[in-house]
Amino acid sequence: MINWPNFVSQLFNGLALGALLALISSGLTIIYGTLGVLNLAHGAMFMIGGYAGYVAYSYTGSFVVAVVAGSLFVMALGVVMERVVIRHFYHRPHEDQLLVTFGLGICFVEIVRLIFTSQSQVVPPPPMLQGITSLGFLFYPTYRLAVVGIVAVALGGLFLVLYRTRLGMIVRAGIEDSVMVDSLGINVYRVFMIVFGIGAMAAGFAGIINAPVVSLTPGVGDDILVETFVVVVIGGVGSFPGAILGGLIAGEIISITSMFNPGYAYVMLFAAMTLVLVIRPHGLLGTQGRE
Amino acid sequence: MLKQRPYLIETLTAIGLIAAPFVLPLLGFAPNTVNRILVWGLFGLGFDILFGFTGLLSFGQSAFYGTGGFVAAYLLTQAGFPNVLLALVIGMIAAAAAGYLIGLIALRRTGIYFAMITVAIAEVFFFVEFNPLSDWTGGENGLPGVPTPSFNLGFTTLHFDSGWSLYQFLALCYFVGIVIALRIVRSPVGAIFSAIRDNPLRATAVGHNIHAYKLTAFVIAAAYAGFAGGLLGVLQAFMPPDAFTFDTSGQLVMQTAIGGRGTLFGPLVGAAVWLSLQDFLQATLNLGAAWKLVLGIVFVLLVCFLRRGIVGGLVDLYGLLTGKRGAEADTTEAGVSAQDEQRAAEAATAHEPAAVPISSRPHLPGAPSGPILQARGLTKRYGGLLANSDIDFTVNHGELRGIIGPNGAGKSTFFKMLTCEVHPTSGSIVFEGRDITGLSVTDVCQLGLTKSYQVNQLFAGLTVRENLVIAALSGLRGRFRLDLFRSIDGIPGLTERVEHTLELVNLTARPDTPVSELAYGEKRRLEIGLALATSPSLLLLDEPLAGMSPRERVETVRLLKSISQGRTMIIIDHDMDALFELAERVTVLQEGRVLVEGTPDEIKNNSTVQEAYLGGVHGVLAA
Repeated sequence: MINWPNFVSQLFNGLALGALLALISSGLTIIYGTLGVLNLAHGAMFMIGGYAGYVAYSYTGSFVVAVVAGSLFVMALGVVMERVVIRHFYHRPHEDQLLVTFGLGICFVEIVRLIFTSQSQVVPPPPMLQGITSLGFLFYPTYRLAVVGIVAVALGGLFLVLYRTRLGMIVRAGIEDSVMVDSLGINVYRVFMIVFGIGAMAAGFAGIINAPVVSLTPGVGDDILVETFVVVVIGGVGSFPGAILGGLIAGEIISITSMFNPGYAYVMLFAAMTLVLVIRPHGLLGTQGRE
Repeated sequence: MLKQRPYLIETLTAIGLIAAPFVLPLLGFAPNTVNRILVWGLFGLGFDILFGFTGLLSFGQSAFYGTGGFVAAYLLTQAGFPNVLLALVIGMIAAAAAGYLIGLIALRRTGIYFAMITVAIAEVFFFVEFNPLSDWTGGENGLPGVPTPSFNLGFTTLHFDSGWSLYQFLALCYFVGIVIALRIVRSPVGAIFSAIRDNPLRATAVGHNIHAYKLTAFVIAAAYAGFAGGLLGVLQAFMPPDAFTFDTSGQLVMQTAIGGRGTLFGPLVGAAVWLSLQDFLQATLNLGAAWKLVLGIVFVLLVCFLRRGIVGGLVDLYGLLTGKRGAEADTTEAGVSAQDEQRAAEAATAHEPAAVPISSRPHLPGAPSGPILQARGLTKRYGGLLANSDIDFTVNHGELRGIIGPNGAGKSTFFKMLTCEVHPTSGSIVFEGRDITGLSVTDVCQLGLTKSYQVNQLFAGLTVRENLVIAALSGLRGRFRLDLFRSIDGIPGLTERVEHTLELVNLTARPDTPVSELAYGEKRRLEIGLALATSPSLLLLDEPLAGMSPRERVETVRLLKSISQGRTMIIIDHDMDALFELAERVTVLQEGRVLVEGTPDEIKNNSTVQEAYLGGVHGVLAA
């Protein structure tokens, strides 16, 4: 039952899933780190990215256009959401922020369900990346390999923005101490808006990239959101490297457990999270003090 | 708010539950809908204690709802268990046990971490129910054939099978549930729950083991969820697997927020709104699947604009209508209270000896003497920064010690180490002959050492009296006790202690004022009162005069003098005039070290102190 090609193929599946989770979690974690808001609508953002891409694809037939349109649409949605709703919740308790983003998430899912029904939609991968690739010892779907590469590039881009630009410096400083950044004369509200947009875009981008791998339904973001939480708890809230590490760990745990029995994937994931919480309550790469 | 005439709420609930079968059908409610509302309401009672009262927002209650439901359903359908009520209770116990284990993990963190962990846990329960345990739970088919309760009374047998007949059973369950919940909320434990919601840091500092109390709230919520889950099976004659889904948890959260958190009845009202809107939108308006969108929008709007939900809004409205009068009374009261305050202050000075505290040791021959607190070589290092270095410090029983020092001298760090809020890098602290180095702030407070904070740390959502009750409870009950069904008023010595503290800090005129409506000076005095109410044998005050006007300072110094009768105190402040007037001995800290120690006169005339403050300019400090 366990043979090497099968195992390696699951390792690759885990890598692809892990890379996606890393990207989505990065979005969630930089939003939380900078704004102090945990966005429970993040899974819905992921789902909307897929649907926006699907619409763009069905009009143009181009996967690249779908990716660009999906990402930009979700970014715009994030910016609007921040300006209209989230902004009024910065000074309210965490619980209220959780409630309102949870409610918005449900509204988003139901709006999509209203427009597209619960039936699943299909976005095919671009022709160039269809079919399978031989890795010498096993054949693997080309698009899934490509997902790893595409997401790695996206994460690299996010890294550059976070660590090599002025905005990134402000964001990272804001994660450490947003009051201080504010008092240095930087308009944190504008930064918050941009960060929310970028974080949402990360989820939307992941949503459209993931669309050819799974079938697209309005509920596609729900499970992803739960997995993202585990990733963030494992990696450490507010930590970009932690999100990547946590994403890869979670992806591999889910894939490898699924090889034996898919029913236990979440149990193992949960066990890993518990282990981290016991040994390092602040996550593998998280720092103490942020709660 | 929930304290009014005794048993008023219980009586009204009973009347409401008895009247419901006669009134609700006229409003178009089907019995089955009403029964579902009751099950959700019961489920929500525990959740409201957890979320509304303790401030812990869990998105994982479905785990316990499902656990209780499936254990009860399994016992009744597969194991041939005859007694429905007993099966429900066993299901509840199983859910509570699961809640205890999960709570141990989830409560390692607070805030959003807690929310995320509970989501993940609930999802795991769902998958476990579906796969590894599907032989017992029926997997995606659930467990059909759950019987309804019947009771053999000897002469006759009562059957509660469906509709309004089953309603009687469910209403009885709900009534027992609300009576228990009300007792819990009115118990000392309930008071500490709201303290945790408002200010966990201070709840810890006044000597409560908040982790144990949070776990208690979590287990209570799990128990309610488990029982309600069992009732769901009874109600539907079938235990559905979707009880375990995230949607269940989400619906509970939304119903509670719609109805009003922290009201106990909120979840019931929320469920009524939810289920009737769902019926109305689906059946009458033919909206099909869009009903959930409408409810989602309603929910978002309520969270944005009506924080305390429908019940909270009604309570506020009632307050607004009846309280036109109340508000006026409030303003006049405030005016009167200012005069009162002055009179009380005068009275306090006039009858100073009368204010000798009950619980502290007076300066009497035979009272303990010698050192109460000894710190040796106390050092605190933050990375490269040396905040305190090698401090030796001794305070004797009955002493009133002042600590002064320029900003950044390490005074507050020193206090934090003494109360064990931070642990020293090296050195030891001995309090009443016992080494307390490395103990928790809660334990140290229980031993009789606590402090008032430089920046107010009050329970902002509660009244003055409730604040003091919470602090006084720790001295009377210890760090943790499970007296869930005891009335707060029944604790011997509590009222006396609270009244006495109110007198000491001169707040007798405003016991029922919410903290948020207090003036700054009053808040400052309450801050000292919180520390006093734990009845410490050594009281530390971190800048009690900070931010006060000159007039308030004079009053507060007078207050501190009367408090200090027969008490051991250490006071940090920048107001040297005040400190020199109060303290018997003064310690001067500079750059994390003890510069000098002596009587106020010695300090005033000490040239190194003058240098430290005035930078070498020789002159006499303001006398």
